[in-house]
Amino acid sequence: MPPVAAPEAGFPWIVLAILLPLAGMVAALPLGRHARALALLLIPAGLVVALLLAAQVWREGEVTYALGGWTPPLGIALRADGFSAVMVVTTAVVLLGVALFAQSSFRAPPGEETRAALLFWALLLGLWGALNAAFLGNDLFNLYVALELLTLAAVPMASLEARAETLAAALRYLFFALAGSVLYLLGAVLLYGAYGTLDITLLAERAGPEPVTWAAAALMTAGLLAKTALFPLHLWLPPAHAGAPAAASAVLSALVVKASFFLVLRLWFDALPGVMTAAAGQLLAALGAGAILFGSVLALHQVRMKLLVAYSTVAQLGYLFLMVPLAGGGGAAQPWDAGAWSGGVLHAVSHAFAKAAMFLAAGLFLRAAGHDRIAELRGMGAALPMVTLAFGLAGLSLLGLPPSGGFIAKWLLLTTAMASGQWWWALVMFAGGLLAAGYVFRALTPLLARTETPVLPGRPVPRHQQWAVLGLALCSVALGVAPLMPFALLQVGRPEAAEEGIG
Amino acid sequence: MRGALLPLLVLATSLVPAVVIFFLSEHAWRTRTAINIAGAVGKLALVAYMLDSVAAGAEYELRFPLVPGLDFLLRVDALALLFVTLSAALWLLTTIYAIAYLGEGPHQSRFFGFFSLCVAATTGIALSGSLITFFIFYELLTLSTWPLVVHRGDGESFAAGRKYLAYTLGGSTSLLLGIVWLEGLVGPIEFTRHGTLAGLDSATLGICFLLLVGGLAVKAAIVPLHAWLPAAMVAPAPVSALLHAVAVVKAGAFGILRVVLDVFGIGLVQAEGLGVPLAAMASLTILYGSLRALAQDDIKRRLAFSTVSQVSYITLGVALAGPVAAVGGLVHLVHQGLMKITLFFCAGALAETLHIHKVGEMDGAGRRMPLTMLAFSIAALGMIGVPPVAGFVSKWYLGVGGLQAGQVWVIFVLAGSSLLNAAYFLPLVYRAWFVPPPGERAGGWTPLLAREGHWGLVLPPVATAAVALAAGLFAAVALSPLGWARLIVARDYGL
Amino acid sequence: MTATLYGLTGAALVGIGLYGLIVRRHALRRLLAFNLLGSGVFLLFGAVAERAGPGGDPVPHAMIITGIVVALAATALGVALVLHLARETGRAEPDPPEG
Repeated sequence: MPPVAAPEAGFPWIVLAILLPLAGMVAALPLGRHARALALLLIPAGLVVALLLAAQVWREGEVTYALGGWTPPLGIALRADGFSAVMVVTTAVVLLGVALFAQSSFRAPPGEETRAALLFWALLLGLWGALNAAFLGNDLFNLYVALELLTLAAVPMASLEARAETLAAALRYLFFALAGSVLYLLGAVLLYGAYGTLDITLLAERAGPEPVTWAAAALMTAGLLAKTALFPLHLWLPPAHAGAPAAASAVLSALVVKASFFLVLRLWFDALPGVMTAAAGQLLAALGAGAILFGSVLALHQVRMKLLVAYSTVAQLGYLFLMVPLAGGGGAAQPWDAGAWSGGVLHAVSHAFAKAAMFLAAGLFLRAAGHDRIAELRGMGAALPMVTLAFGLAGLSLLGLPPSGGFIAKWLLLTTAMASGQWWWALVMFAGGLLAAGYVFRALTPLLARTETPVLPGRPVPRHQQWAVLGLALCSVALGVAPLMPFALLQVGRPEAAEEGIG
Repeated sequence: MRGALLPLLVLATSLVPAVVIFFLSEHAWRTRTAINIAGAVGKLALVAYMLDSVAAGAEYELRFPLVPGLDFLLRVDALALLFVTLSAALWLLTTIYAIAYLGEGPHQSRFFGFFSLCVAATTGIALSGSLITFFIFYELLTLSTWPLVVHRGDGESFAAGRKYLAYTLGGSTSLLLGIVWLEGLVGPIEFTRHGTLAGLDSATLGICFLLLVGGLAVKAAIVPLHAWLPAAMVAPAPVSALLHAVAVVKAGAFGILRVVLDVFGIGLVQAEGLGVPLAAMASLTILYGSLRALAQDDIKRRLAFSTVSQVSYITLGVALAGPVAAVGGLVHLVHQGLMKITLFFCAGALAETLHIHKVGEMDGAGRRMPLTMLAFSIAALGMIGVPPVAGFVSKWYLGVGGLQAGQVWVIFVLAGSSLLNAAYFLPLVYRAWFVPPPGERAGGWTPLLAREGHWGLVLPPVATAAVALAAGLFAAVALSPLGWARLIVARDYGL
Repeated sequence: MTATLYGLTGAALVGIGLYGLIVRRHALRRLLAFNLLGSGVFLLFGAVAERAGPGGDPVPHAMIITGIVVALAATALGVALVLHLARETGRAEPDPPEG
């Protein structure tokens, strides 16, 4: 078969979005302590690429690119729709914030090269490349490779501080992730055996509701859920995320778990929309509800701030899965299409900003106080007012209170739940919001307490780190004030199932 | 419909100062004060300008879509302006008072930042043109008042803060559930499109009404959802003034007004028989609040229970669902604000200057702080309903409105409440003027102004008391609160 | 025929691997189980390729090779972590038995 030139016209930003970070990672490894400079150069450039890609999607609609000019089923295609463009931009913005934050903490003084400082930047770039590959791939096997690359970058990141408990947490994380990947791959084999392709677009045409597809879908979903840490497969997440250095936790909690969530949506809504049944959607949402309630209650009982934030991630991930049965339940009265789907995606984005800000803030409290036991952080609010404000603003988004991206997302999910008569999911969301209020204010209360003598940070906290945290928190709030741009971008190339529902 | 800029500007006059103040250094006392006052004066000027044109029938609207079908909508109509004017005027005075009250205390940037944010939220609540916009600002208000309630930063404040959050967040959950339910059925609800709910069945309407009003009733402190209010008295006096007269409690009452008048419409509320239970709850609250106030020895707690009681007049007026009673309810929104803020200003000044906290310590306060106590007495008499102070006008309209709506029992509620008001306010006034101060011989008369506090603590209550008196004396003027309330009701009822 | 044999062997390996991954506590055993599991999946892939007729379908072959590389990298990372952990704690179990 001769190579067929792909019909796309514009510049392949989509390729650059994957290539740039991966090339950066390869270049960073021999660079030693200059890796930091390289990363700090590449990340803003990557943001520009991400924005250009988004602009391209915005102007021209869905962007596809056949690698090497070979079209599927033989070749491998990349595809950027509105959803992937939004995720790529989100990733770049969060990484920029994290990099600004980390540039002083992971800086090896000349002469003494610490392992952590060296590894951090290379891992960050690799992680970024893997994320973009996951968001832009259109081939289920390609996505498997992206997921594995993500695991290989994320696990060492979780164990940067090579203490016994972080190593154990990372190992546990690795096992969950590997088991997830293998299950995913097993499902992919079944699909390939049945339909002779793993290209998402082609699968959507060929796959029908039959036992082999159900088995494949079940295996792949289970694998992805293990990586997303959806209840009850969440056990690995809190120790791994809370044990990592702040900058790493922020990336892990804000972005890495979202990649496998993204793939669940790709699988259910893009690849196999005709295969999934309504009952399966309800089951997935039930797990999500379990995550919301269980994760929130556990977060309420945490003594350490970083663990509280990590358990809140477990809870917040639950919301994402509520959208599955709600998609399609627009109700005639609603002026928007695909409200639940858009709401779920907006939630993923605003949670990414909010959670990154929260982990970084927790890291600064830890740095300033030398520990992160919530009850003993009394008076820290006066010492670090900007960080406390950022923590509060990020908490706003987690609570789903206006004005924040979390509110708009929750609103879209709630109205769809009520309009489609699935009020029980609405009740879960309300309960989750109240529990979130409980744990956010429990963390804020000691910070605002007045102490006899003003608390001074044990170690100085650089100004630029505070700004990075506040910037990320403001992003999650800004999504609530002006969500129209991402919302409209999301609608580009939106899968039909997002509007019509599953099953 | 006129320019969209004006509502935005009114909002910005408190939102921008809030943001700027957060980033000011703790020691930038002068800059902070200047920004505060400039914002407050600016807002007042804008409001004055709009009062004139809205009276002539103009409406301002600002709309921008958040996501398709979810519009952020600000609209200046007569009812909105009633609340905005009240909050703008009282904000200026409260700011002056707060600057004097806090003096050189710690965390001032945080305090005034959230203070301005709180006023911005109140303004937003007033100007909201749709249920969802209302909810956005309503929540902003909850969150921006919490740091004010816990401002002292001690255990008691945090306990009160926790209680406050538990109640208000519970309330907003109920409110949001109601909004989501209704909008799931009929799409976005704006305050101008009457009759969108007409097609729904009685059960749904009843449950949604309960959810909405039940949620709002928390902030409006309707029994049994009132317990957070007395607890929140640990906050500094300017915050109490704000909570009780301008922002939080009023936001709840205003929300109930909007739901009854503009979401369901008075016709639907009457047809479905939803007004009578609400009126009954309001009456219960009026009597219960007064009884509890009677038993309080702490002055601020007595005032707090008095607020519980008085705010329900507003709900009562609108729940009776007749035009005259509605005028009474609306006008009380302003009158109660004026009188109650005076009382809190005075209580704060007494505590600051003479360290008077208990009823028993009031002896002779009138001689030591005559101006403050004069203002206090006027407001207290107004609360009781003594003519010609503003409170009398409210009660008169409520009573007549009750008769007109065929609810004769309202007269008894009003009479009972007035008696109780008198029973808990008159002892304070009596002790202040007619009992000699402790340790001083009867007849010893210290010179005027000798013991008054800082002028910033004296001027605001005197001003609000004077306005409360004027609002009663000149009630017949078109731009008086009463005239304005009549205008709103005339427009709403299509009279 | 070969395809069926591959398939059955692959399925058996998947079963054994899954069992090991769930039941074993020792990290190295778990890693081995993961590799068994992976090999089973690759064999299944081979069976799928075999069904395409003589010479087979080249795409699964390419996938198997990629998959093996990925699994190798993951195993290497796992072993490195186990070694680190063993050096720190003297044990090679991330979840020590309760008590």
